[in-house]
Amino acid sequence: MPAVGQDKLRKEGPKKLTGAALYVDDIPVKGAWHGVTVRSTVPHARIKDIRFLKGFPWKQAVVVTAADIPGINCVRLIEDDQPLLADAITRHVHEPVALIAHPDRSAAYESLKFVEIEYEALPAALTIEESLRKKAILRGSDNVFKQFRIKKGDAAKAMKKAWKTVDTVFRVPHQEQAYIEPQGMVSWFEKDGTLVLLGSLQCPYYIVKAMQPIFGLPEEKIRVVQAVTGGGFGGKEEYPNMIAGHAALLARKAKRPIKMIYDRHEDMAVTTKRHPAVVRHRAGIDRKGKLVALDIDVVMDAGAYLTLSPVVLSRGVLHASGPYTCADVDIRARCVATNTPPNGAYRGFGAPQTLFAAELQWENLSEASKIDSLTLRERNLVKIGSELSTGQILKESVGLKKCLEVVVKRSAYAKRRKEHALWNKKKTAPTWRGIGLAAVHHGSGFTGNGEVFLKSRASLSLTKRGRFRIEAAASEIGQGSMSTLSQIVADALGVPYEWIDLEVNDTRRVPDSGPTVASRTCMVVGGLLHAAARDLKAAILAKTKKFPKTETELQAAAKALAAKGPLRFTRRFEKNTDIEFDDKTYRGDAYGSYGYAALAVDLEVDRTTYEVSVKKVWTAQDIGKAINPKIVEGQIMGGTLQALGWALLEKPVYKNGAMINNQLTNYIIPTAMDAPAMDVVLVEEPYSRGPFGAKGVGEMPMDIPAPAVCAAIRQATGLLFPEIPVTPESIAEALRRKK
Amino acid sequence: MKVLTPRDERDALRLYRRNPDAFPLAGGTDLMVLWNAGLLNKKTILDLSGLRDWSRIRETPKGVWIGALATHAEIRTHPAIRERFPLLVDSCRTVGGRQIQNRGTLGGNIANASPAGDTFPALAVYAALVHTVSDNDRRVMPIDEIFAGVKKTHLKAGELIEGVELQTPPNPPSRWRFRKVGTRAAQAISKTVFAGQLWLGKDKVVDDVKLALGSVAPTVKRLRHVETHLTGRALDGKTIESALRLLPGDIHPIDDIRSTREYRLQVSRNLIRSFLMGR
Repeated sequence: MPAVGQDKLRKEGPKKLTGAALYVDDIPVKGAWHGVTVRSTVPHARIKDIRFLKGFPWKQAVVVTAADIPGINCVRLIEDDQPLLADAITRHVHEPVALIAHPDRSAAYESLKFVEIEYEALPAALTIEESLRKKAILRGSDNVFKQFRIKKGDAAKAMKKAWKTVDTVFRVPHQEQAYIEPQGMVSWFEKDGTLVLLGSLQCPYYIVKAMQPIFGLPEEKIRVVQAVTGGGFGGKEEYPNMIAGHAALLARKAKRPIKMIYDRHEDMAVTTKRHPAVVRHRAGIDRKGKLVALDIDVVMDAGAYLTLSPVVLSRGVLHASGPYTCADVDIRARCVATNTPPNGAYRGFGAPQTLFAAELQWENLSEASKIDSLTLRERNLVKIGSELSTGQILKESVGLKKCLEVVVKRSAYAKRRKEHALWNKKKTAPTWRGIGLAAVHHGSGFTGNGEVFLKSRASLSLTKRGRFRIEAAASEIGQGSMSTLSQIVADALGVPYEWIDLEVNDTRRVPDSGPTVASRTCMVVGGLLHAAARDLKAAILAKTKKFPKTETELQAAAKALAAKGPLRFTRRFEKNTDIEFDDKTYRGDAYGSYGYAALAVDLEVDRTTYEVSVKKVWTAQDIGKAINPKIVEGQIMGGTLQALGWALLEKPVYKNGAMINNQLTNYIIPTAMDAPAMDVVLVEEPYSRGPFGAKGVGEMPMDIPAPAVCAAIRQATGLLFPEIPVTPESIAEALRRKK
Repeated sequence: MKVLTPRDERDALRLYRRNPDAFPLAGGTDLMVLWNAGLLNKKTILDLSGLRDWSRIRETPKGVWIGALATHAEIRTHPAIRERFPLLVDSCRTVGGRQIQNRGTLGGNIANASPAGDTFPALAVYAALVHTVSDNDRRVMPIDEIFAGVKKTHLKAGELIEGVELQTPPNPPSRWRFRKVGTRAAQAISKTVFAGQLWLGKDKVVDDVKLALGSVAPTVKRLRHVETHLTGRALDGKTIESALRLLPGDIHPIDDIRSTREYRLQVSRNLIRSFLMGR
């Protein structure tokens, strides 16, 4: 019985359910002290002095400042621009300035009250607008970290010739990942000088790379182990580099293990968020409703340092034209520096920002042309053979049309739209009702040549005891990668799912299979393991003639095959020769494959309180192949709810460059009680290079709900909100203005 | 952290007199937040869990007695309260989530004195009486007079809330309504929270009306100006609108991290209007 396509039980499920799973703060570490972080309180200033005041027994504590860093003071990622500890200048509120460790956790926190930093204030640019106005200069001469341009045909000329054109500025805010487990790391040095880091993280090899310049250590002297991790959503992609560096610096000076665990307030205030963006989107259609011109200008707020912003921006740009064909396109995009905590990876990674504009703009085009937005979409959506903005021709696995058809049918979209229009005319109705649509694509895996540069490796072993063992740095962060990868391997070998184990995610034991990001684990790492499994199966067959059918037979075979250690096969990512992408001109095949999705939201707006209540969501998502349908549905439902939060509830309040509602009582994420009924249909248009046809799934659910929500609110209230979150306050205010 | 664990009421009141800075622990749902934020480090806690009598709800000749340690879940499921005080039941149902309702107590909620206390408008329109007790005194205060400001009460040093008394009105109201406006369906801090009871006589004349709002002033507010204007008048659109014009005299909403003054005022007005119009 094949495992692929079955709702196999989660490999890590029993331990999590019974509380046996140990998250980083649960792990007892003998002799560990607790590390805390002294942070700046101003958005931009010269640091004149750091004073450790009387009143705290400093002799009991260990203190680290930038002066204690043995190597380069940086958090290495794409560049080295971000210091691990601010030295002469602080560029955002909450920037780490010093570290303190103490045997007692509450005493460590208490010590923070006895540190005083003297500043000389510098002008600060706190928003995209202030950055573009050069209120402060943080980068180069114009604060621009990175810019991209995608140009196809002549958009200006096509726009002039268009029958109807629209021009709208869309805005989306920060968003907090709100993983259930705040960030945390434990660090110590082994007797042989090896630096060990154990923590809540997505990308162990990022940390290996980041520690090298700080401590001047070679790769083999750095060991990173993933503890059971309570969610990531991108928030634990790059930020753990920072905590790891801090914990390690303290461990080095204190000569003992250090535990650094953020509480929720600190985590929300200081860690990365989704990039806020302003998207000016101009579009033109001809009389037939064909999209003939797109002119899009994207600006994202990177925060004070580069971090991953160029890559986020790149994905944003590559998705900016939506899943539609258009002959003449001009997209310009910049990410700019502001004096705010750096923004970073969050599920969707730039695509939700630009897709919000691309999708919601159909409502304006519909208004201008009097053609409904569903018809407009149908006339323009991509199919096999279509050309995207980069000139990429889609050759296979395009299930968008099917997704849209399924959603329109199952939601009775047209019928509901009519019924709602009648309901909304009733003077005494307690609510206004609306239904809205959206359709998106999402590139699976790294952009362009990203996977080629990564050269990921993954291994599969047969152990001496007769177990198959997956060895990959793919991090289980709640998304179900352990089960998904095991199912792929089980079927590739033709053995039961239960025969598959996973090696601990420890850089000493697993090869670098790339970061756990970008909807790539199932497709890319799963693909490598699928190939490794075929190699291993062939090797076993070569020796045994008959492939083992029972565990006893396997154990017997393993004794011979793995006598001198595990029989291991490793596969490395190989360039797909069909795919060409030019990183300089942004022409070519941006992604090997795309997932596609359509979604409808039915909602009501209360006429007394302006509260929005989402009644039901229908979505169909083409993910190539659902390796584990239950996991995929869970991903889609969870991501949908996260995106409904972004669209309706989550309003980060910033004051003087810092988030001031950094607590879950005031930064409102949806609860289970806010989750609407969801009708999820999985569409499977297989991708020839994905394991069993699988493409990415993780991020697409985050891309699609926000524009559909705004389209539904448009039908309900007659108001188009080009900015989220659409709160009851914003609806009330817009209605007051309309009067 | 020092924890005092009295066995009974006398013991508790004596200990509290001697340790007037102690922090009483009832259900702990608010205390946990402070503790987690490190604000109770080195403080003394007065654990009231030994005062078993204080969690009782009982019927009295005039109405219902709710012990200070009765939980929101116990209150909302109590038959007499369900029958006679539906607004309190509705309000208890909106407090936090199920877990909070199972732990959080009415006495603790009142003592915490949040401007956004969800049960307070319901208690205010029922003219609930709060009974307090200390080592040498007993007092009774109407619910809307016990609060001194944001997170402040008129409780004296060493004084605890013993229970809340609700008196059954002589006639059941013609209509009643509770409505909490939070941002999400559970675990929400209200932006405005409304409770109302209305007694209509012949020709739609308002015999009596009791209205209260929470989250729109430092403490829960009975809408005395609005109530006075409505009483004795025939309830029509014109009367309602002129009464609503008096609302700013009764409440003082502000802009804060959760909402805006304008929204709170407008929605409060809408809530009262729709209640009075019976929609």
